[in-house]
Amino acid sequence: MIRFDNVSKTYPGSSGGLREVSLHIETGEMAFLTGHSGAGKSTLLKLVGLLERSSRGQVWVNRHNLTRLKSRQIPLLRREVGMIFQDHRLLTDRTVFDNVALPLVVAGVRHQEIRRRVQAALDKVGLLKKARALPLTLSGGEQQRVGIARAVVSKPPVVLADEPTGNLDPDLSREIMNLFQQFNQVGVTLLIATHDLALIEPLGLRTLVLDQGRLVNDSGKP
Amino acid sequence: MSKRQRKARFKRRFSLSGWLVRHAQVFFSSLGRLAQRPLGSFMTLSVLGIAIALPLGLHLLVGNLQQLAGNWDGAASISVFLKDDIGQQQALKLVQILEARPDIGQVEHITPDQAMAEFRQQSGFGSALDLLDHNPLPHVLLVQPADPNAASGKIEALLNDLKNLPEVELALADMQWVERFQGINRILQRIALLLSLLLALAVLLIIGNTIRLEIQSRRDEIEIIKLVGGSNSFVRRPFLYEGFWYGLLGGSIALVLIWLASLSLRGPARRLAELYQSSFQLGGLDLATATTVLGLSMLLGIFGAWLAVNQHLGTTEPGD
Repeated sequence: MIRFDNVSKTYPGSSGGLREVSLHIETGEMAFLTGHSGAGKSTLLKLVGLLERSSRGQVWVNRHNLTRLKSRQIPLLRREVGMIFQDHRLLTDRTVFDNVALPLVVAGVRHQEIRRRVQAALDKVGLLKKARALPLTLSGGEQQRVGIARAVVSKPPVVLADEPTGNLDPDLSREIMNLFQQFNQVGVTLLIATHDLALIEPLGLRTLVLDQGRLVNDSGKP
Repeated sequence: MSKRQRKARFKRRFSLSGWLVRHAQVFFSSLGRLAQRPLGSFMTLSVLGIAIALPLGLHLLVGNLQQLAGNWDGAASISVFLKDDIGQQQALKLVQILEARPDIGQVEHITPDQAMAEFRQQSGFGSALDLLDHNPLPHVLLVQPADPNAASGKIEALLNDLKNLPEVELALADMQWVERFQGINRILQRIALLLSLLLALAVLLIIGNTIRLEIQSRRDEIEIIKLVGGSNSFVRRPFLYEGFWYGLLGGSIALVLIWLASLSLRGPARRLAELYQSSFQLGGLDLATATTVLGLSMLLGIFGAWLAVNQHLGTTEPGD
């Protein structure tokens, strides 16, 4: 589902980025990406969501070769990749419902269908009652769940999360991880960047460790 | 590997009804966004209205002057005064001869009696004229050239021909005055054109700049829309519609301004025309001009917005 072949990403005048990373995450897998800040976790996720393009090497997502993707195809790829951010990136002047509906609206889904699917997604994250609320009136954990509902509402095959529990207390974090595992059970491929090792260790899932842009450990490799 | 390299295709369905619904939504929501900040929108629209009204007003002024010049086309005709001893029969014969010429369109014969009656009516010398024991006025022929817009040289030649006729005492053509008037009108016309171009550019820049500010204030929103897979055209659409509204409403304001101006000028213009015994009436906006103005300002709005959006779409990528 996600495949990196010797991928490097360099930023001019900066030591960040990725160096020669190769990895393969199968369809239906759930994997964690860890490492110190600046190790390249965000960069790797950005390459998958095409927020950045690789400097060298090839990236494959859902059988699309991102290196060869034309600019006007980027939106179509992003509809197949749900993204969750530490700072939620919600539209503060729109209701929770409108925020979650956005991926369906941009994809041109019919009105009744949008309603049905947004309600299902909000129900899944336990926020159905807050559909009419504005994001800033919600707690941090609730806002993150709105972001998660938005990422999964269009049923993308791949979901990426960048430090989704960064600002949350352990209980809320476990709740969020629980949600992710539920998505994984219905076949969604997840790649989650986090530095909260205590949270992910008990789950016993594949963990990729980045250090200074290199993949130094991959627990899933045979 | 070969399986993976198989060309993957994106699911992409197109439905006309979906397309219409999306456009209808943006059509109204963009209008709603203008209404959300009434003061700012009103000021922008007023500036647009004034900028469109200026060349439009000048255009109408030129149109009216041309109509005025049209009323005075009679002045381009040649007044031929016949000699005193020419009688009614000879005058009529001459009219027939002249009308047969290819370079003459129409000949109007004014008999001394008609001329006297008109003079009596208009000059106010009625009682003084009664003292005359006979009518001193000659037969007058008003000769209209076949082509009133002919080069002045041609009309000059006709004038000389007429002068040399034995029955003719005097032939006059007051063409210089008409030519000067038309020359001034042509300059005004050119100024109107230049002003139109200049102010069309201004309209384009005003709308472009307004949309640019709008884009900047909604940068986050654009980024998020792109993050969840919004295409460039999806991002562009509301701004284009906003430009459309600016153009349409700005054009409407211009039409209202012009309408008010012509209302306030109509009275004085009529009084002035009465002083000259002219039936001239100030022409206002006709439907075709109004439609053209609205259409053009609409297009300018969309184009201005398009320029602004295209300039900024590329720089608003969520990765930054």
